[in-house]
Amino acid sequence: MTADPITPVLTKRWLSPQSWRLSTYEDLEGYSALRKALKGSPEQLVQLVKDSGLRGRGGAGFPAGVKWSFMPPNEDKPHYLVINADEGEPGTCKDIPLMMADPHSLIEGCVIAAYAMRSHHCFIYVRGEALHPIRRLNAAVREAQAAGYLGADILGSGFDLELTVHAGAGAYICGEETALLDSLEGRRGQPRLKPPFPAAAGLYAAPTTVNNVETIASVPYIVNGGADWFRQMGREKSPGPKIFSISGHVERPGQYEAPLGTTLRELLELCGGMKDGIPLKFWTPGGSSTPLFTAEHLDVPLDFEGAAEAGSMLGTTAVQIFNETVSVPWAVMKWTQFYEHESCGKCTPCREGTYWLAQILERMVDGHGTEEDIDTLLDVCDNIFGRSFCALGDGAVSPITSGIKYFRDEFLALCESNKRELVGAQA
Amino acid sequence: MTTPSETPRPGAEPAKETFAAAGADVDVVGISPVREEGMLADEPLASPFDAATVAEAQALAARYPQSRSALLPMLHLVQSVQGYVSQEGIAFCGEQLGLSEAEVSAVATFYTMYKRKPCGEHLVSVCTNTLCAALGGDAIYKRLGEHLGEDGKPLGHEQTAGTPGEQGSITIEHAECLAACDLGPVLQVNYEYYDNQTPDSAVELVDALRRGEKPAPTRGAPLSDFKAVERQLAGFFPEDEEAYRIDVDGPSQAVETLRGAQLAADRGWTAPAMADDAPLPEVEAK
Ligand SMILES: Cc1cc2nc3c(=O)[nH]c(=O)nc-3n(C[C@H](O)[C@H](O)[C@H](O)COP(=O)(O)O)c2cc1C
Ligand code: SF4
Ligand code: FES
Repeated sequence: MTADPITPVLTKRWLSPQSWRLSTYEDLEGYSALRKALKGSPEQLVQLVKDSGLRGRGGAGFPAGVKWSFMPPNEDKPHYLVINADEGEPGTCKDIPLMMADPHSLIEGCVIAAYAMRSHHCFIYVRGEALHPIRRLNAAVREAQAAGYLGADILGSGFDLELTVHAGAGAYICGEETALLDSLEGRRGQPRLKPPFPAAAGLYAAPTTVNNVETIASVPYIVNGGADWFRQMGREKSPGPKIFSISGHVERPGQYEAPLGTTLRELLELCGGMKDGIPLKFWTPGGSSTPLFTAEHLDVPLDFEGAAEAGSMLGTTAVQIFNETVSVPWAVMKWTQFYEHESCGKCTPCREGTYWLAQILERMVDGHGTEEDIDTLLDVCDNIFGRSFCALGDGAVSPITSGIKYFRDEFLALCESNKRELVGAQA
Repeated sequence: MTTPSETPRPGAEPAKETFAAAGADVDVVGISPVREEGMLADEPLASPFDAATVAEAQALAARYPQSRSALLPMLHLVQSVQGYVSQEGIAFCGEQLGLSEAEVSAVATFYTMYKRKPCGEHLVSVCTNTLCAALGGDAIYKRLGEHLGEDGKPLGHEQTAGTPGEQGSITIEHAECLAACDLGPVLQVNYEYYDNQTPDSAVELVDALRRGEKPAPTRGAPLSDFKAVERQLAGFFPEDEEAYRIDVDGPSQAVETLRGAQLAADRGWTAPAMADDAPLPEVEAK
């Protein structure tokens, strides 16, 4: 059986008037999964999420149930559940609409996940610029508390959970989970050395699980529908529905929740094709940190394996689409400036490397590049990739290496005129 | 122990003696060559934060298992009072949380949302990340800078048109991806979203702000001002239930956001049906 082209699960309530209110949520099966979950044991819930094959929606795709099972079974120290709502990866724009449209689904997921991991305090770390979602979450927490879904002795189960909505202050790196924990502790958001992993020593050095918004919001549906239901969507190793955020030069950009494994060709059909019929040139499958794809990749199944086999990554399924009018070196320069700005400065390859990469690209785009610059770029990328302290460094080189791989001619064209000048200068 | 000596000369020449801090018996002010103009005053800065703010700061500290976690919200609180994070604001947070000013400063300067100069009544943030930029974000930012500049000099990043504290003053900044790419090019005023902008619509918007008007955002609460939203980011929402509800219920259901769900509804597409009562898996009890 194949699923429909669009499978609204997380997005199914979004069309309802005032979908963010508790009354709407309860009318549409809201908090029924929590009742069911609280009747089971934490071990059963961890097993359920493992069986479902749910993989992290924050970018790396780590199996959620496996991550949960790393939490120690004892409660020698408090356990924490931290929701990563720092959404800042360029192109990514799914968690913010989700929190605005259906904050209770995230809260219900938090309570179930916290129960499964024996945590009694959950934090939702929302990027500061996302003010309206912060408001909606706060209002939803109030409603949930008043209705007994949060607080002490939830629904008479004896389980207690406090939930704190915490606003960040503008730093992309705080999306990296250990930087997020430092930030949540009131420090500069800089990544920590791993191991120890958060499950061993996370927030306040206590066992902690960090999960993305979309990951946790998926949990109530898995509890209600079961693992087999979830696996009817998507592919064997990447099951489930996923919100694809389509932006850029298409007729109808927006949020499309489709089974994992959907291709760009299929997504383009859903969103009305390329804007004004101008052909596709390049696109990101999952944000700017995932290597670029081109029109050659229209039929790559967009799931964790498919994107990786084709030389990129699924990332956050932030599909940014650029048509033929956009210069690749320019786009790469813009992204590189972003990474330069957001590098936290903790490690040398990334801090210095992104600085030089941006300088070189700016010079090239300005028309003063030479062919050698391309080699220098690749050389600097080589010194950053795999040598940086966290994945921001690796992400920073993705647009450059993939941009040069597929569009070297465009970089060369920028240097053409300077070549002649140089020859003249030597003579 | 070392003793004070002559002033070392610049250059590679090693000093013959090392220097020690003046002891308690030295009248530093007395021997200072810049006695009149250069000395720092000893009395502490008058605190611009009243008892209510102190109480709120303490409430924030109590929200967390460890009080230091309240630092980010507290810096937002400080901005809600002063419109930026001043030196007094840093000292205030330090005092409330038992941290040194250096510790607080290190944090405050790390995050872009903490402004180090007084912000205008409104903060206008234009997304100039790649996708928005390609759709016109760069052009919007450039136009706004030129439009709000004076004497042919465009207004730059984190600069203010008008006088901070006065109605209609606007600080502009270029921002990184604001997680609204499907609605690009976007900008935010006080972190409320204005979607699908053009250079013309953005100019119209800032002109209205300069006149003291508050055009409604595409998504978000009715527009207030920078200080008021900083209060919400600190975690304090309107006490008045009705005002609170109006904020919360501000629009969010953009056409773009709903496109997938709408298309599915139109075509009759759904996720597979759920079984009536899917059991939780059996596991051995531990
Ligand atoms: C630079 C950087 C930024 C990140 N930003 C985010 C983010 O905004 N949201 C998110 O959920 N994960 C982000 N991640 C991934 C997190 O580190 C982490 O893998 C994720 O939150 C785990 O949740 P998941 O397993 O549910 O996906 C980022 C990673 C890096 C290296
Ligand atoms: S890779 Fe970049 S962001 Fe990550 S720790 Fe190093 S400097 Fe910081
Ligand atoms: S690029 Fe502007 S909102 Fe994402």
